[in-house]
Amino acid sequence: MAELPRDRSESVFGDYKGSYTRDAALAEANRCLFCTDAPCTQACPTHIDVPQFIRKIATGNVKGSARTIFESNILGMSCARVCPVEVLCVGKCVYNDMHMQPINIGKLQRYATDKAFDEKWDFFEAGKDSGKSVGLIGGGPASLACAHELRRFGHKATIYEKRPVLGGLNTTGVAPYKMKADRSVEELEWILQIGGIDIKTNTEITVDQIPELEKKHQALFLGVGLGIDTPMKVPGEDLANVHGAVDWIEKMKTSRVSVEGMKHAVVVGGGNTALDAVREARGLGIDRVTMLYRGVEAHMSGYGHEWKAGETEGCRAEWQVLPVAFEGNGKVERVRCIKLDAQKKPIAGTEFTIEADLVLVAIGQAKLRDFTNAMAGKKNVFAGGDFQNGGKEVVNAAAEGKAAAKQIHEFLMGGA
Amino acid sequence: MPSLETNCGGIKSPNPFWLASAPPANSGGQIQRAFDAGWGGAVWKTLGVPIQNVSSRFGATNVRGVSGAGFNNIELITDRSLETNFKEIYETKKKYPKHAVIVSLMVETRDEWKDIIKRSIDAGGDGLELNFGCPHGMCERGMGSAVGQEPKVNQEITSWAVEYSSIPVLVKLTPNVSDIIPHGLAAKRGGAHGVSLINTIKSIIGVDIDRFVPEPRVAGLSTNGGYCGAAVKPIALHMVAALAREKQFGLPISGIGGISNWRDAVEFLLLGSSSLQVCTEVMLRGYRIVEDMTEGLTDYMRSHKFEKLDDFIGKAIPAYSEWGNLDLNYETIAKIDPSKCIGCHLCVTACQDGAHQCIYPQENTRVPRIDESECVGCNLCKIVCPVPDCIDMVQIQNGLPATTWNQHVNDGMKLRPKKGAH
Repeated sequence: MAELPRDRSESVFGDYKGSYTRDAALAEANRCLFCTDAPCTQACPTHIDVPQFIRKIATGNVKGSARTIFESNILGMSCARVCPVEVLCVGKCVYNDMHMQPINIGKLQRYATDKAFDEKWDFFEAGKDSGKSVGLIGGGPASLACAHELRRFGHKATIYEKRPVLGGLNTTGVAPYKMKADRSVEELEWILQIGGIDIKTNTEITVDQIPELEKKHQALFLGVGLGIDTPMKVPGEDLANVHGAVDWIEKMKTSRVSVEGMKHAVVVGGGNTALDAVREARGLGIDRVTMLYRGVEAHMSGYGHEWKAGETEGCRAEWQVLPVAFEGNGKVERVRCIKLDAQKKPIAGTEFTIEADLVLVAIGQAKLRDFTNAMAGKKNVFAGGDFQNGGKEVVNAAAEGKAAAKQIHEFLMGGA
Repeated sequence: MPSLETNCGGIKSPNPFWLASAPPANSGGQIQRAFDAGWGGAVWKTLGVPIQNVSSRFGATNVRGVSGAGFNNIELITDRSLETNFKEIYETKKKYPKHAVIVSLMVETRDEWKDIIKRSIDAGGDGLELNFGCPHGMCERGMGSAVGQEPKVNQEITSWAVEYSSIPVLVKLTPNVSDIIPHGLAAKRGGAHGVSLINTIKSIIGVDIDRFVPEPRVAGLSTNGGYCGAAVKPIALHMVAALAREKQFGLPISGIGGISNWRDAVEFLLLGSSSLQVCTEVMLRGYRIVEDMTEGLTDYMRSHKFEKLDDFIGKAIPAYSEWGNLDLNYETIAKIDPSKCIGCHLCVTACQDGAHQCIYPQENTRVPRIDESECVGCNLCKIVCPVPDCIDMVQIQNGLPATTWNQHVNDGMKLRPKKGAH
C-alpha cells in the first residue's frame, strides 16, 4: 500500500470537536444513566452497547470499553469521529427529553478507541482456517469490516482496490476537520493486524473479471462504492477550476489542490457532500463560499447541524437557484444562475451571475449498475456499503460489511 | 490468562462472583439467566417455611442525585413453596453443573433442619448457607440474626447442620454485633466449613417527611430493615478483615457487602475473601454488571502478574494493624497542581470548615494557597477536589525516626511537633 504524502492540502485543518482528557471522559461517563435497551444503542447501525462501554470508562475499565465498541464495529475509532452522532446515538439520548445536555457519546467512544490505538491493545484473533477464500472488491469501510469478520470466522480474504491506498471514502472523502486521511490509514492497518487479509492495491476489477475471481474465491463481496460525480450537463463545465466535489475532495485529502488567489467558491448541491465542500473551501482560506441549492433550506438532504456549522464559519447559501452555465475565459470566472419557483421550475427573467473562481459540483454520484447487474441471481456474490445502500455513512458500511460476512460464512459453511 | 477458578470452603465455581441470597436469586429462571450473563454461583433465596411479604419492601439513600448509594429492605425469606424451589434447584444444577448453587436455609427446630438439609442435598445443592443474619421480621420469630447474635445458639445449630450435611456448610453472620470475632469462632466450633459476611445492617433508610412515616412505608407504618449496597462496604471490609486476621479463626470467608464493581471485588479479596456475593448492585443495574467485574478483575490480575485468586487473597491483611502501631512521625502535606486546578475552591471550604484551616484563597489567581506549616495531611481537600490527581498528598522528610504511640509511651521516643493545633 502506498504512503500518503505529508504536505497534503487537508493538513491545514484543525480538529473541530477535539478529544476528551481522562478527567473529562470520567465526568461525562458518570453522567450516563446506563439505560436498558438504550435508545442510543438502537440508533447505532452497528448497535454498539453504548451504556456498557460508557460504564466501563467510568469504572476505569477503558480496555473493556474499547473491546465492547470494536466487538460491534471494527471501525469504531473512525466512526467516533465521522458519525453524525447528532442524528444517531446522541440524538436519541434520553437526556434530550429532560432538556439536558445529552451524553457526548461520540467523544467518549473516541476516548476509548484512541486509547486502544495509543496502548496498542488488540482484541481479535483469526478463527481456525476454514480453507475457504473470499474476494472483496473495493477497499473501503464495508470491505474492511467484512474482511475482518471473515477472518474471525477463519476464512481467507483478498481485497482488490483500484487506488494505491485502502480505506475508500474514509481515506479520500471524510471532511478533514473530522478525520484526516492518515488516521484512516492507521485504522485500517490496525484492522489488518488480524492477519490473513491479502491486499491488492492499484488493482481495478471490472465486471468482466468477476467470473475469473469467482474461480479463485468461493465467495465475493462487492464494496465498490459509487461512481464518478454526476455532471451538471450545462455549458462551460469543461472550464478549468470546475470540479466534481468528490473528485476535488479526494485530491485535497490525498495530495494538493490549488486555491491560491481564489476569492469566491461556488458549491452546487444541498447534500452532505455539498456541505462538506463549502466548509472545506472556506477552511482552505477562500473568502466567499456560496452554496447553490435548488430547493429551500428545510428541504436540503444535508444535515441541519452541518449547515449551521458552515454558516457559523461564514459560508453563504442561495436557495431555490439553478446554475445554467459556467462562464469564463479558459478558466471559470462566474456562474450564471436562474431562480426557481416552489416546483423547482425556472422563473423567466430572473437570471443573474455570481463570481466564482472555483466551482464544485456536488449533485450526486453515479450508481455502478453494471456491478449490480453482474451480481444478479448469484448466491456467491454479496454486497454492502455505498454500492448497496446508495450512499450513507461509514457506520452503515461497517454494519453492512459485518452483516455480509455472517451471511458469507453461513453460505460457505452451509453450502459445503 | 489468569484463572478465576474459585474454591470457598470446598464450594467450587468458575469465578468468585456469586449472587447473594436475595431477590436476584429468588428463582431458577433468574439464576439461570444470571449464569448465562457470567455469574459463577448463586446463593438461593433463603428457604424455610414460606412467609407472606408486605408492600412496599425496599428503600434507598440518595447521594447528590444518585439513587441507591445505600439500600434497605424489609422483605423476608422465600414466599414460594419448598417443592417449587427444590424442583428449580434440581433443574438449575442439571443445566449448569459447573456453577455453584448454594442453598440458604432458615428454619427453627432440629427436625426441620434435618429435613430441609436432606432435601437441599437431594436437589443437588453444592453447599449450604445458614442464614443467621437477617435483622428484620425473622429475628423476631427467633431466627436469622436472633441466632447470629447468640454464639451458643449459633454453634449449636451449626453443629446440627454439619452433622446432617454431606456438603460444605457456610454460616452467614450478622453485622449487628459489637464484635464479629466471637460469632465467627462460634461457627467454627460448630464445625462450619466457612462463613459469609456481612448480612444486612439493622436500619431505617429514611423518612417520608410529609407523611411522618419512616420508609419503606407499608400503609401508615414502617419497620427497621436491612441496610446494604455500596454504602455498607467499609463496614463489611472491616468485619471480613477482622476475622481474616484472627489467628484462631482461619476459615474461608465469602465476602458480602456493597460489592458493586471489580475494584470492590479486589478489595474484598485482598482482605481475605475467597468468594464474593453481590445483591444490591444487581438489583439496581441487572445481571450484566458481571461482565465488567470479571473483565476488570482479570485485567487487574494480569497487571499484577497474579495467576490465580490464591495469589492475592488476604494480601492486604498483614498491613491491617492497630492504631498504636502506626508511625506518628510519618508526615504528609497537600500539594495542589496549579496546572490542573480549576479554581472551584471546594478544598478551601473543606479545609476551613471541616479540617484544620490551612488552605486559603489567593489574590490574582483562583489556585488556593496551602499553609504547609499548618497542614496536617488529613486528605480532606483531596477527597473533595473534583479534578483527579490535582491535589496530591506528599511525604515530607522531617528527619525524625519512625515512632509509634506504643514506643513513645514505653520508650519515650521523640514525637514531631504538632501541626494544626492552633
